[in-house]
Amino acid sequence: MSEIVLTIDDQEVKATAGMTVLQAAQQAGITIPTLCHHEKLEAFGGCRLCMVEVESRGWTSYVVSCLYPVAKDIVVRTRSEKVDKIRKVLVEELMAHAPDSPELVKLAEEYGADRNRFEREASFCIVCGLCVRYCNEVKQKNAVGFIDNGPLREIRFIPEVAARECWDCQECFALCPTSYAQAAYLLTEALAFPGQRKTAAPAAKTPARAARVIPIMPVPVTT
Amino acid sequence: MPRLQTAADLEKLRTEILAARDPAKSCIAVCAGAACDGMDSAAVAAAFVAEAGKLGDKIEVRPTGCHGYCEKGPNVVVTPGDICYFEVQPTDVPEIIAATLQGEVVERLVYKDPNTGAKAVHMHEVPFYKHQMRLLIGDNPKIDPMRIDDYLAVGGYAALVKALTEMTPEQVLDEVKKANLRGRGGGGFPAGSKWETTRNAPEKTKYVIVNGHEGESAAFMDRAMLTGNPHKVLEGLIIGAYAIGAQKGFMYTRHDMPLLEKHVRQALAQAKEYGLLGKNILGSGFDFECELHFDVGIFVSGESSALMRSIEGNPPEPRPKYIRTSVSGIWDKPSNLNNVETWANVPQIITRGAEWFTSIGSEKSKGTKLISLSGNVVNSGVVEVPMGTPLRTLVFDIGGGVRDGKTLKAIHFGGAMGGSIPADLIDAPLDFDGMSKLGAPIGAGGLLLMDEDTDMVEVARYLMDFLTQESCGKCVPCREGMQQMLHILTRLTEGEGKAGDLERLEDLVEVTGAASLCALGKTSGDPLKSMFRYFKPEYEARISDQAAGGSAAK
Repeated sequence: MSEIVLTIDDQEVKATAGMTVLQAAQQAGITIPTLCHHEKLEAFGGCRLCMVEVESRGWTSYVVSCLYPVAKDIVVRTRSEKVDKIRKVLVEELMAHAPDSPELVKLAEEYGADRNRFEREASFCIVCGLCVRYCNEVKQKNAVGFIDNGPLREIRFIPEVAARECWDCQECFALCPTSYAQAAYLLTEALAFPGQRKTAAPAAKTPARAARVIPIMPVPVTT
Repeated sequence: MPRLQTAADLEKLRTEILAARDPAKSCIAVCAGAACDGMDSAAVAAAFVAEAGKLGDKIEVRPTGCHGYCEKGPNVVVTPGDICYFEVQPTDVPEIIAATLQGEVVERLVYKDPNTGAKAVHMHEVPFYKHQMRLLIGDNPKIDPMRIDDYLAVGGYAALVKALTEMTPEQVLDEVKKANLRGRGGGGFPAGSKWETTRNAPEKTKYVIVNGHEGESAAFMDRAMLTGNPHKVLEGLIIGAYAIGAQKGFMYTRHDMPLLEKHVRQALAQAKEYGLLGKNILGSGFDFECELHFDVGIFVSGESSALMRSIEGNPPEPRPKYIRTSVSGIWDKPSNLNNVETWANVPQIITRGAEWFTSIGSEKSKGTKLISLSGNVVNSGVVEVPMGTPLRTLVFDIGGGVRDGKTLKAIHFGGAMGGSIPADLIDAPLDFDGMSKLGAPIGAGGLLLMDEDTDMVEVARYLMDFLTQESCGKCVPCREGMQQMLHILTRLTEGEGKAGDLERLEDLVEVTGAASLCALGKTSGDPLKSMFRYFKPEYEARISDQAAGGSAAK
């Protein structure tokens, strides 16, 4: 693997060909905010928070670092007036859905985002797709998927698959920045297969965000 | 029909087709383009067939693709002489047939100038056609799109013969580069450079694609081209594949146009039967197949990377990769995509040469451009003019000006991702770069006229409403940014403007433009940008009206 030297925030950073700017930055201990990124999953490029400024051959452009490949001699700035503005507005847009999401609250503080700037939206899902992609790529169960497009896009558990798979897994709940995945699952269960879940012991939770998961107790169902 | 083995076979067939046709025999071409079809031109055509049938073989009736003058459909053109009849009804048919037999003209059905009352009988005298240069669409009235022989009769596939027998792939590529053919789909990117990138990509398997999605609002010229003359587009594609070294092509087009589908299917089948597709085309050793694909019903499936995902069988989400599709496209193979009109330009560049092509147009935009003319215009339709033509010619000479004697307020170009310019810029030339600088990029070529009564806030709201529904929803700035812009614009049109709304809109336009994943999001704020540039007082009024406690002006 050939070594590539690039500059990130005035710091010379070594990377290998095929790496993304985000990976190179993380390796060098430079933080770039992300929401839809997860190291076990293929880069998605959906939340756009990891956008950085790249200067290459005299051209400045704004790219998402989770997908942009490292290249020799490029100069990356992870903060600039424009980058900060982009992140601020993106966080404001997402806070229209989930104003109390701890991750968004933290980002809002960092970038000076106003949680009330835009009109409130009904759903508190921010469609980062972590649940959908984790279920597809890691668990390979596809119990949850995207439906519809544009602002109508949402995640939906597929009852037939969810009834069989989800109770013993629940791993996506911990990945969700807004707890929507858990809510969506419970709604699906209540509507589509009440009382029919498999009741084996809950599987080990993914450690990263486990603290935020609200434990679900099996509820007796009356018919 | 046995497969044509050599170029000579094709020329022989062409001679036979022409020999069997009597140029003096009257032919009645009935437009079956989308607009005329909507006015039941099929009934008119049926009446012609029935009436002409009574006469034996004296008059030929030909259903054709779009003639262009949609406003005055159903359109009928009688050759020889190119006598144009407009708004023809089935009841007019016996009279037209009788006059044609006598070599006369039915006066009451020819063009009449609405102001002077002056009549125009022949196509080249009708003002709508007179100011055009119809290199691409001009053949439409001469061709029944279901018959490849009609295309051969007007010189079709001669460019392919020339490319395959007299030119190397490099020479073909060079000619297209020299012609400075720029992509007609919206970007205006030089087609030759794009072809070269795909040609030079190391992968052996390469694809070429016709983007016939045409989802842009107020754009309807590509379907007129592809439905009316599918072989011209196919010929361009085959020539392009030869230059690029592609073995397979895809025609990606609309799922919702039965006539388009029928014509393209037939064209592909006939080209295959004649040996213009398949192995060893005309004995040249060049193999090429072409497959038909349909869009999945949302606008973003016309975005090049989303379109390629769709061909792969995946949802049409734009690919977020920073590698061009011309290097890594369908199934990660180099894939060259051009729009219908771009491909349709290729045959004439090969036949007539780059020098001829570059003699038409403006300094940096060469050739002609198909324009869909609609909105508050007298003559709506599909128009073709040389690049560099002043918008005034399009709007007034061809378009006949503004409907109902009203004044022109704005010209909108480029559909939902385009922009609006005020009427005083009417002398601007039709040019990729010039129009972009003005903030109304040509895009695919939808030109919308707006009269004095147009509410520019409502225009922006309407376009945003369209785009919001067409977003795939994958990335935040496009999905959320457009939704919020739509909320604000809706409020403004309803007289509910709030302090800070314009600043919010400006921020959303900036961030959606900078941060979105694909061109749909990136350009979604462009109409608003042009509004802020030229029509800001109208927006400010909506805010101050509210602040003053009054209701917004409608």
